[in-house]
Amino acid sequence: MSNLELNCPLPLQYEQIVIGHGGGGRLMQQLIEQIIHPIFANPILNQKHDSAVVTVNGAKLAFTTDSYVIKPLFFAGGDIGKLAVCGTLNDLAMSGAKPLYLSCALIIEEGFPLKDLQRIVQSMQDTAQQAGVFIVTGDTKVVDKGKGDGLYINTAGIGLIADNSNVLPSRIQVGDSIIINSDIARHGMAIMLEREGMNFDNSLSSDCADLSGLVHSLMQAELDIHCMRDLTRGGLASGLIELATSAQHALEINEMALPIQPAVQSACDILGFDPLYIANEGCFALFVPEAQTEKTLTLLQQHPLGKQACLIGRVNARHPQGQVTLRTPLGISRVLDLLSGEQLPRIC
Amino acid sequence: MKHLDEYRDPDTAKKLLAAIKSITTQPWQIMEVCGGQTHSIIKHGIDQLLPDNINLIHGPGCPVCVTPLDAIDKALAIAAQPEVIFCSFGDMLRVPGSQHNLLSLKAQGADIRVVYSPLDALNLAQLNPKQSVVFFGVGFETTAPTSALAAYQAKQQQLDNFSLLVSHVRVPPIMQALLSSPHNQVQGFLGAGHVCSIMGTHEYPSISSTYRVPIVITGFEPVDILHGIYCCIKQLEAGQYRVENAYPRIVKEMGNEPAQRLMQQVFDVVDRQWRGLGSIAASGLALKPEYNHWNAEHRFAVTGINPQEPTQCRSGEVLQGLIKPVQCSEFGSRCTPEHPLGATMVSSEGACAAYYHYRRPQHV
Repeated sequence: MSNLELNCPLPLQYEQIVIGHGGGGRLMQQLIEQIIHPIFANPILNQKHDSAVVTVNGAKLAFTTDSYVIKPLFFAGGDIGKLAVCGTLNDLAMSGAKPLYLSCALIIEEGFPLKDLQRIVQSMQDTAQQAGVFIVTGDTKVVDKGKGDGLYINTAGIGLIADNSNVLPSRIQVGDSIIINSDIARHGMAIMLEREGMNFDNSLSSDCADLSGLVHSLMQAELDIHCMRDLTRGGLASGLIELATSAQHALEINEMALPIQPAVQSACDILGFDPLYIANEGCFALFVPEAQTEKTLTLLQQHPLGKQACLIGRVNARHPQGQVTLRTPLGISRVLDLLSGEQLPRIC
Repeated sequence: MKHLDEYRDPDTAKKLLAAIKSITTQPWQIMEVCGGQTHSIIKHGIDQLLPDNINLIHGPGCPVCVTPLDAIDKALAIAAQPEVIFCSFGDMLRVPGSQHNLLSLKAQGADIRVVYSPLDALNLAQLNPKQSVVFFGVGFETTAPTSALAAYQAKQQQLDNFSLLVSHVRVPPIMQALLSSPHNQVQGFLGAGHVCSIMGTHEYPSISSTYRVPIVITGFEPVDILHGIYCCIKQLEAGQYRVENAYPRIVKEMGNEPAQRLMQQVFDVVDRQWRGLGSIAASGLALKPEYNHWNAEHRFAVTGINPQEPTQCRSGEVLQGLIKPVQCSEFGSRCTPEHPLGATMVSSEGACAAYYHYRRPQHV
């Protein structure tokens, strides 16, 4: 059969947006690559990093934005406010930046309780304060009842990148160790169970956390970090596939090395979800030279958000470039593929 | 959790693989009936680890794959009505009907919701008395009892705004149909473990003896599947054929008797069209006439359904085990999970989707 890597982009298969276009999979990738990217195309956007890196009067700045549309607004381990601050802080941190300033835009549905709004805004402030950043500008809009889902938040952020720091997908090299700081799939499954009223014994809580402090301590430690990526929407698999594609390297990860909480694994088993594709909000992957593996792990493990840090794989030269392969416990290697859209619960 | 780890243990799996190798003296064709087993086999690479002369044929036990086009088109017509809240299991949403799928209808504004159980849909009906809630009941004997329970409760409560569009199917008739086919290659079956947890094993001895095939009731974890294959080959090599329960931690001989009684109370056994396979006698379950009031086909006068299957789709041959997904010329080119020509490319339990997701780069 002919080579499946298509030379021309697939035509969009839907004439309108479907929910899968937001799922962090192939549909979203097509939407960005076929509609958005060609129109906005410029060298900075082409970096395809978690933040844009721009130079202003000699200072290297990271600049990023993200919107938060989560349901429920309050969940075990956090709320939409904490998430909106942590998410943007983490995107800045992944570029090696020290976050400085954030913006906050609130799109509020008519009828939304002020008490809840106050609690969420306070949560944003508390999270920002702990991270040592300021929310310095913002906007509020109110939409008609039924036109929003309670509350949507957009945050944007600016951070400063040290002169000697160079954390980019293009710096990933053959031989690099792939390390993650924590267990995977907790955020997505906690939200899913909460939404469906299935968080049976409240045993599952989101991993939502600000990683900028942990990353800052790594950046201070004379490690040659080649690249970092927070493993949010689409989970570990999608994050690594994006990196493998943009860096044109082959990544191999070992399924047995992946830390997954038993409650998360059970919930995934029941619903027919693959934890590799479930969102995280406090988990990231780092690429460091093999020789710095132990030092990186030790540093990570000293931090509360890195206690479960472990080596999960390596950048190798064996497999085709641009692919992520998973070594299964039975010793088979299989290629990880982007999902089409969101994972849908299986029938039985 | 520890419990499941035991059935995913690589050392146990490797021992079973060695045992399978040691007893296999000739080629065998074994069909795993259930799509969940197919998914697990391809995901864990079990077929690649088996001796070359054991061929696993992927069976028709994927509920999404075999739900007839006509039922999907009816679902789309009902879901498009303004007063309807249409409830479905998640992976039915992407399945293509003749024109479009439930996901794109949802994008056009139809109120389509993913539920985990028909009882959630029943609950929605109670909460939304001014709307008409319809549940799309698809799947094998595993999901049929909860549909039956929802219908039963709706009747008990005389809940007027709830109905079911039922397209449930039964496993034993499709196994008989496959074995009766002149093209049949199947020499032994891995029986569908979860179907048998409801139905027990008593439907299978007559099939096993009539067609002289071993039927080994099998689970879904790698160790379960390898154990099932081992038992099946052991019978084949010894020239035996009987029903064997290799999944006793879940499956009891009589199954779940209250669930079976409820199904008998609510459903009639009917002939049913299977997508890609045609009409199979006594293979479907339909609501009994006394449930007409809760039968969406009666409540909504759906007319003008003219299902048109894409002619390029060879899912029928895939579902009968006549070809592997990669042998279809459309696989991975014109047929992908984003643009499936047939339902076997949609569900994670469909053989084409399993190959696309886990095998594509090695095979194309």
